[in-house]
Amino acid sequence: MQQTGSQILFRALKEENVDTLFGYPGGCVMDIYDELFRQDIRHILVRHEQGAIHAADGYARVSGRVGVCLVTSGPGATNTVTGIANAYMDSIPVVVLTGQVPTAMIGNDGFQEVDITGITRTCTKHNFLVRQIGDLHRTIREAFQIARSGRPGPVLVDLPKDVIQSVMETDLLTTTLPPGEEPPCPDLEGLCSEALKLLLAAKQPLIIVGGGVILGKASEICRSFARKFQIPVVSTLMGLGAFPASDPLWSGMLGMHGAYSANMAVSHCDLLIAVGVRFDDRATSKVSAFAPHAKIIHIDIDPVSIDKIIRTDISIISHCTPAIETLHRLVNEQRLTLPEQPIRAWRNRIHQWKAEMPLSYCRNQNIKPQYVIEKLHQLTGGRAIVATEVGQNQMWAAQFYRFDEPNAFLTSGGLGAMGFGLPAAIGAQVACPDRLVVDVAGDGSLQMNIQEFGTIVHYGLPVKVVILNNQYLGMIRQWQELFYGRRYSQSDMTQAPDFVKLAEAYGIKGLRATKPAEVKRVLKEGLETPGPVVMDFHVEPEENVFPMVKPGTPLTEMAFGNSRARAVA
Amino acid sequence: MPTQLKERAISVIVNNRPDVLARIAGTFSARGFNIESISANITRNPAVTKIIITTLTTQDTIAKVIKQLNRLVDVLEARRLRRPDSVQREMVLARVPLTGERQAALRELVDTRGGKVVNEESDSVILEFTGDKDELEETLTRLELLGMEDFSRTGVIALERGKP
Repeated sequence: MQQTGSQILFRALKEENVDTLFGYPGGCVMDIYDELFRQDIRHILVRHEQGAIHAADGYARVSGRVGVCLVTSGPGATNTVTGIANAYMDSIPVVVLTGQVPTAMIGNDGFQEVDITGITRTCTKHNFLVRQIGDLHRTIREAFQIARSGRPGPVLVDLPKDVIQSVMETDLLTTTLPPGEEPPCPDLEGLCSEALKLLLAAKQPLIIVGGGVILGKASEICRSFARKFQIPVVSTLMGLGAFPASDPLWSGMLGMHGAYSANMAVSHCDLLIAVGVRFDDRATSKVSAFAPHAKIIHIDIDPVSIDKIIRTDISIISHCTPAIETLHRLVNEQRLTLPEQPIRAWRNRIHQWKAEMPLSYCRNQNIKPQYVIEKLHQLTGGRAIVATEVGQNQMWAAQFYRFDEPNAFLTSGGLGAMGFGLPAAIGAQVACPDRLVVDVAGDGSLQMNIQEFGTIVHYGLPVKVVILNNQYLGMIRQWQELFYGRRYSQSDMTQAPDFVKLAEAYGIKGLRATKPAEVKRVLKEGLETPGPVVMDFHVEPEENVFPMVKPGTPLTEMAFGNSRARAVA
Repeated sequence: MPTQLKERAISVIVNNRPDVLARIAGTFSARGFNIESISANITRNPAVTKIIITTLTTQDTIAKVIKQLNRLVDVLEARRLRRPDSVQREMVLARVPLTGERQAALRELVDTRGGKVVNEESDSVILEFTGDKDELEETLTRLELLGMEDFSRTGVIALERGKP
């Protein structure tokens, strides 16, 4: 049978079990949208292409599937670049379909033409320009395979209008894909044996889990490994939820705004087992002072991450599941046990650090943002899917919403893109219609993609938006207070809309709290009201995120705010 | 010494696709690595291209570059070409004016350097020289003294030695 490029596209998407597209129409994708009209795939119409890519990203983070977005050429495509770079930094599998001018016009500065494959070359895992209809089916299938295999990432496919419009015979259309890129680690057994030798000799072992554990769906297996040996666990920002915060072995998030116990644990451990982490500077701070007493075992699927920043003693280039499984199996086969006494003493030491300096804040007559998150955690049973924006709101959500499950914390970690939270929450809600999805936002960040309120209403998505409204670009202001002599240059956001009225203008219920006594009531009402709700919390304007490690200083040198600022040896 | 800057060569075998060179160059520029010379051509399989790149860098950095390259979808293999284990050569085409006094000097240069005359016009010739970097540098210096008008130089190509 003769099929058009559009039909072949949808055929390939169906073969990939795609059930949702996030997109926005335009000139170069008119034919695709016309074909969409006849197809039964769900399409979420956003209000800005950046919303589409962040929504596809949120969808992927929550579901573990490949998120898909469809935008037109030129400005439609360039509007997705931030979201693509975001997915690239956090290794999220998304396929971005962009329209393009007809092949004969490429390179002639046509209307709504950009060299999107050139622009995204260094922030996609790979990209394609489909030059002829015969390549279309295979390219789409390959794009999905690349997006999801090995270390996942965004893949862009540029679709010229004439290719989409042309027609070919498809009765014999098949695609054989080359094998996926996950060759098993050669000598996994040998490396794991070596790793176990180090583990048996350790008296202060520590496991650090990162985003890779969640992407690799290895949360369960990491938990049982940690619990078998009773090894304490810390997490990076991207790894939150991989190991339950309610578990006694949980020792906190490490890094620039990490917990005292976590930073101390990393700095004093004698063996660090790093699973699915890439040793980003927010987590390690001063590299030469990171885990100074520890031998390091690094398990990661991407060879580029190994020995990139931190020298490792044993590196295991592998998907984390087979690596941890092998470790576990060897332990069982050889009936290995760890020296119990020193490790119990080590765990006690970490408990003491936790008790000495828990994450805390001072209460006063204003609403404290940390309090809002604590109450949110309590009222949702700690089981909501929480998307965040970037900055102080992000850090407080990470610190005070204690996650027990993976795929529940959606945050722009590597890129730190403000405006991520609201569309990501949309994507998450679309993927999980029966779960409670909350967007924790700052007043600044929320305004970057606030137009997506329209998307929420259009599809009746019951997303709950919690605004930690301090009328500042909070994290900027904090740095200006601490490092720039309180010169608040361009960080004042007092000129802001009335978020309640704005929500109502979109047809979304709006609630506000201005005193601590109102917080619980507003949260309760907002969470229990069916449908989307925007809750505007007027919080302490100059509250700071602590602990804080100044960039370039060791993790042990944490500042704690007014009364407790100190350097720790 | 891991931190010593030296010119180091890499061999990159890639799928012959229109944007592959751009990707490789992008990997270098995005990470702040500089390409000193580059030479690319198809292998006996027209779908596969071999690229030789030299870059001035440290041992640690070249290891990172190679990992980055191997991660690219269209890169089939990227590896180091260490100097003692490989032969590295370049080629130069130079156009030199033909005047009476120079002819003898040119002939001598061509004879001693193993050069070839590949084109003759009425008042100029184009000469071809191959050699390693130092040899070509010297040849070019001598050619300049002989009034060389223009020249074109390939990137380094390299090949690993066989077993001794």
